[in-house]
Amino acid sequence: MRLRSLLGFGLEALFAHRLRSLLSLVGMSIGVAAVVVLTGLGEGARTYVTDQFASLGSHLLIVVPGRVETVGALPGIGGTPKDLTLEDSEALRREIPEIRRIAPIAMATEAVAHRERRRQVAVVGATPEFLEVRQLAMRRGTFLPPGELRRGSAVAVLGAETAAELFPGEDALGKVVRIGGLRVRVIGVLEPRGVQMGLNLDEVAVIPVATAMRLFNRSSLFRILVEGSSHTDLDRLSQRVIEVLTERHGDEDVTCLTQEAMLSSFSQILTALTLAVGAIGAISLAVAGIGIMNVMLVSVSERTTEVGLLRALGVSRDQIVGVFLVEATLLSILGGLVGTGLGLVGVRVLRLVYPAFPAAAPTWAIAAALATALVVGLAFGVLPARRASRLDPVTALNGR
Amino acid sequence: MIELAGIRRTFRVGDQEVRALVDIDASFEAGEYIALMGPSGSGKSTLLNILGCLDRPDAGTYRLAGREVGDLSSHELTLVRRHEIGFVFQFFHLVPRLTAARNVELPMLFAGVPRRERRRRVEAALAAVDISNRADHRPDQLSGGQRQRVAIARATVMEPRILLADEPTGNLDRDSSERVLEVLETMNAKGLTLVVVTHDPRVARRADRVLLLVDGQIAKSFRGSELPAGNLAALGLPTPPESTS
Ligand SMILES: Nc1ncnc2c1ncn2[C@@H]1O[C@H](COP(=O)(O)OP(=O)(O)OP(=O)(O)O)[C@@H](O)[C@H]1O
Ligand SMILES: [Mg+2]
Repeated sequence: MRLRSLLGFGLEALFAHRLRSLLSLVGMSIGVAAVVVLTGLGEGARTYVTDQFASLGSHLLIVVPGRVETVGALPGIGGTPKDLTLEDSEALRREIPEIRRIAPIAMATEAVAHRERRRQVAVVGATPEFLEVRQLAMRRGTFLPPGELRRGSAVAVLGAETAAELFPGEDALGKVVRIGGLRVRVIGVLEPRGVQMGLNLDEVAVIPVATAMRLFNRSSLFRILVEGSSHTDLDRLSQRVIEVLTERHGDEDVTCLTQEAMLSSFSQILTALTLAVGAIGAISLAVAGIGIMNVMLVSVSERTTEVGLLRALGVSRDQIVGVFLVEATLLSILGGLVGTGLGLVGVRVLRLVYPAFPAAAPTWAIAAALATALVVGLAFGVLPARRASRLDPVTALNGR
Repeated sequence: MIELAGIRRTFRVGDQEVRALVDIDASFEAGEYIALMGPSGSGKSTLLNILGCLDRPDAGTYRLAGREVGDLSSHELTLVRRHEIGFVFQFFHLVPRLTAARNVELPMLFAGVPRRERRRRVEAALAAVDISNRADHRPDQLSGGQRQRVAIARATVMEPRILLADEPTGNLDRDSSERVLEVLETMNAKGLTLVVVTHDPRVARRADRVLLLVDGQIAKSFRGSELPAGNLAALGLPTPPESTS
């Protein structure tokens, strides 16, 4: 017999029990929709994080104090790492010609106030090159003045959000704000940039790095961003940076992170997260499968005489198995398709509600959910179908 | 066409044995019209199920069109049912969700007959039982007699050699019974071997041969026209309700 005939016969049977079929179909839809939405969220998280790092540009090295990737060494044996200082930054620029830009950074959270308005923001101590390295743009005014590495004047550049909050409906330019115990003049406001590397660049106050270190009363930098020119081999550059700093500190006590390394480790973690979340969705698929099995068992016991009749008409055992398997599979596939639709709508709604979060159901997850739905339908349809095929025709015909 | 020798069928119910068929020897010619009669529980349906390859005897041999049925695999038996045997039941057994035409199409659907061929044969089969105008009705929209005629169309659409009917008129009024019998007899006249289980002497009287089953054995065998007019009780048969009313 042709598959088409079998499908037609199955659809007629499902349609004869609309409510029942619909309910088990809904169960399957929810399972598949859950997988699609959950993996969409996981994938969104991954894209979100990778986008942030990707927007940094790929020629960037991040130098942080301390050996993060020390393998095998016991903590404390290397001694406390030496400070990462402005002198280190200058030495790097002097000794490594491949460095195109360099941005030493000091950072702390401080209250920024104007009159009675106060905001806790990330105060970033930086140099003029910070603007290019982080690919920022000015909305108003100018960025930090050049040539003040050591001196540090009392000026600040505000993030878009910070400026809007401290000066609602007012122009921040030229006004004086208090940062900690310091009074500084606002010389510029940044274009909105969003979150990058875990730092919301709209809620910052950028001041000269020397001013910041005085303010924070610290001798060590938070990190140094090093940008190579476009043809620089980052691995070599990072090696050179470590060599220079090891020379200066007498010990290898800094770590160079490349964007690529961070990307791949984050990406791995977040893919694992997506898989885990998808697996949770898959559990609801299994539950839906049990629902289908239930419906099919009821169907088989209701249609005992039909099975007997079919056997009398010369329908083989295998064909009886086929009849019920096709019905179970139709339920699961239809449920799967409806669920995929629902899931995609759900993902779209998420994006409407949170435009900044790039939720997107990956194609592989949709394919996997549909395939799982099919397998679940087949797997949970087997038992009822076999039960039907094993009925004794005479007994079945008599409805016993 | 059909040869039965020493057929025995015993059912076990708990630790009790029910001997439904004890020792059946019989042979039916191709195109013959046989009526099976006998009191309730005498084994008529059991015999019919064995003839229809739905059940296997515990002992004895059954030859169908020259083949030893006992040697056939269960799949081969399925094919025998599909191509050589048609069944008609007392309770019609139409699939309630399907139209008359779909019900008739059913055996061909599973036999893999192409769509256009199916449609042609459904029309012919419905016409043969004179119910073409009800092709799109579902069983619950048909009378008992109409349902049984649809069932006959379904049983004959694969052009079997043998039609087995278990009390085909048992649930029908007199007029409907008459039409159903006419349909069956027309097919018999064209060469279809007909085995009908019945309690109705009016049905049996029209058969070529009547086999009277008592306690799983053939007690008597005679021509239909020889069936005694009044005294069915003498044969161990219940008096049919129609003749008393
Ligand atoms: N599946 C079964 N299990 C146990 N006993 C059975 C089974 N089928 C039939 N029998 C027994 O076999 C005997 C013959 O049954 P059968 O159905 O052939 O009678 P019948 O002649 O068709 O009767 P009726 O005229 O009432 O239909 C009866 O005693 C019945 O109880
Ligand atoms: Mg019976």
